[in-house]
Amino acid sequence: MITRILGEGQFDVDEDRLSELNVLDEALQAAIDSGQEAAFDTSLRALLDAARRFGTPLPETTLTGSELVLPAQDSTLEQVRALLGDEGLIPG
Amino acid sequence: MSLSRRIAALFRIKVTKALNRAEDPREVLDYSYEKQLEMLTKVNRGLADVATSRRRIELQMDQLTSSSGLLSTQAREAVAVGHEGLAREALTRRAAVTAQLADLEAQKRSVQADEEKLTVAAHRLKAKVEAFRTRKETIKATYTAAEAQSRINEAVSGISEEMGDVGMAMQRAEDRTTQLQARAGALDELLASGALEDATRPAGRDDIQEQLDQLTGGGEIEAELSRMRAALPPGSGKAES
Repeated sequence: MITRILGEGQFDVDEDRLSELNVLDEALQAAIDSGQEAAFDTSLRALLDAARRFGTPLPETTLTGSELVLPAQDSTLEQVRALLGDEGLIPG
Repeated sequence: MSLSRRIAALFRIKVTKALNRAEDPREVLDYSYEKQLEMLTKVNRGLADVATSRRRIELQMDQLTSSSGLLSTQAREAVAVGHEGLAREALTRRAAVTAQLADLEAQKRSVQADEEKLTVAAHRLKAKVEAFRTRKETIKATYTAAEAQSRINEAVSGISEEMGDVGMAMQRAEDRTTQLQARAGALDELLASGALEDATRPAGRDDIQEQLDQLTGGGEIEAELSRMRAALPPGSGKAES
């Protein structure tokens, strides 16, 4: 499953690991919904670590869309909220 | 839908819009390529801005480091001749300089991090744009419009997502650069006043004195004055009249 970590590039993540990623993804969503900064930071780091660990980086010349897109490591809760709230935030 | 699928879907909306722009999907290739070249130019300009911002911080740090040395010398000399008021002023200003230096050090680290991220992003975008250019020519030469569709979708999806990603990284860096420039401007004014450089120069405007006061606590300065007095050879210096 092609996965992008914003600011880092794309990874090919083993499908078998998807359920583990989903759990971490849900934890991040919960932190965003409840507006808890500390939980947001922890769960974002856990999700990105897992994606990097389960994934193989794609070559730079690969041209393909991603099924999953994860927020950048240094994003704040506010930034992710804004991103979700408005497609107009994505440039290009 | 999961968070990461939702963000991916937002990126795809952009791609769909791009793909629907032309009747012949092959035209999309040229249009997209034009946008990619524009984006590469923007990223390089963004990188140059970040580098300028870093150099400005470094320059201010050099200036403050030399001020700090000068103020220490002034304080020691003032204590030696028994001019304690001036010594206190010099130490107060040096404390302000130290606080500013710590702040600049943190700013420099954040700008350097932006610079590294943008450099990597620019490199990756360049590699993808080059891959896109080759792919575009192959698609146009080999396939009819109908056959080309899925290949175009894939190439445009890949490159659009990359451009969105790089664009967001650039916006974040730009926002930070703008903030830092405002702070650098304020510090330049403070530096130009001479208040951070030379204890014998009046701080001048009230707001500068206020800033100096805010940046420094009193306790440490008194302690340092005592240390300087204690370091004087016995019998030298004289009490301030």
